[in-house]
Amino acid sequence: MSRALTPSQTVGPFYFGTLARSYHDDLAPAGVAGDRVEIELSLVDADGAIVPDGLFELWQANSHGRYDHPEDRRNLPLDPGFHGFGRASTDTAGRAVFRTIRPGRVPWPAGGLQAPHINVSVFARGLLNRLATRLYFDGDPALAEDPVLKLVEPARRSTLIAKRDAAGVWRLPICLGGSDETVFFDC
Amino acid sequence: MNEETYRRPAPGRDHPSNDSPGYKSTARRAPSRPAVMLPHSLSEVTGPSLRATRLDSAENDLTRQRMAEPLGERIIVQGRVLDQDGKPVPEALVEIWQCNAAGRYHHPGDQHDAPLDPNFFGGGRARADAEGNYKFITIKPGAYPWKNHHNAWRPAHIHFSLFGPAFATRLITQMYFPNDPLLAYDPIYNSVPEGARARMQAAFDMDSTQPEWALAYRFDIVLRGRDATPMENA
Ligand SMILES: [Fe+3]
Repeated sequence: MSRALTPSQTVGPFYFGTLARSYHDDLAPAGVAGDRVEIELSLVDADGAIVPDGLFELWQANSHGRYDHPEDRRNLPLDPGFHGFGRASTDTAGRAVFRTIRPGRVPWPAGGLQAPHINVSVFARGLLNRLATRLYFDGDPALAEDPVLKLVEPARRSTLIAKRDAAGVWRLPICLGGSDETVFFDC
Repeated sequence: MNEETYRRPAPGRDHPSNDSPGYKSTARRAPSRPAVMLPHSLSEVTGPSLRATRLDSAENDLTRQRMAEPLGERIIVQGRVLDQDGKPVPEALVEIWQCNAAGRYHHPGDQHDAPLDPNFFGGGRARADAEGNYKFITIKPGAYPWKNHHNAWRPAHIHFSLFGPAFATRLITQMYFPNDPLLAYDPIYNSVPEGARARMQAAFDMDSTQPEWALAYRFDIVLRGRDATPMENA
């Protein structure tokens, strides 16, 4: 029997109660294989104002490019300590920091491989729907051939690419509007 | 590769518009550019299962998480997590949060002049069974004021968070109570297309109501279903 979708509603403002008890800002405890990365996401509105009541979720493959999910049936190693899910709310400065590993490459349905990326969900007070975006790593040689970046107009691709700062932290500002509005996906 | 994908919601039929002028906070937070259509790859058809998350036995009973029972009207909220074909979403993690019976959240940001209840935290989690059935015991949340417009009150509601099987099925919603007069005035409820709003209302469930103990409500949650048509090559 066909059923109609349950509509989306905003997460906010007082979502901390339950979701705060299952935060995962450290995705890769000791023993997990891969290059360790520290990622700082920040959230600003169309005026560039800090969004201190937002929530980010990450979903990513392990260092071998394998998702910890039954749908990923490829013969690649799973990592028992790594599930690929992260969640943290923004702080008073609109930032959230995650520790994880750089994901491996995953295939594209039409053939070829995608560049290493992390799938990001954005929630906030005032956002009626989850927004989906991606984080790529600046300087990765695979960026030039990534099929998803090719779907994005060239001038806006940089909104999806985290840059490494002097301290080694990968930073990606997520802009809900304004001239640097982040590319969001209908996925 | 003929990977199965998830059906896309028809625009304007199921979900609210991000830009909903009645809900003032959307003005500076709704993206102004259309989302880029993304064909589904493994990144979208997989997703966190949270099956490694262990739940304590009291997590789905919000009346037994503190020293004593909270004040308010005890209720049972239960239902099924389904997809658009009516198939159960097994073992889905359901997370909820809500204010207390007086309309106050257990959160430092809530400045509403209503009493906190030391016996009510307002957060719960449950794992659906193999048939998608989940169940919570809680108290009926109160209405609360918010500063969106003059005399703005949120109808009583419980926030629900679901992952479903994939990144593409992630959903956060709110459950409302039937016949609440505040629904007509609430910009968040009314941000949803008119024909879809009632799906967010629980149904009063006399059959599950327990004599001398608690009223019951039924709230089924429907996530995106599979689309078996082969995806187009991008
Ligand atoms: Fe609320």
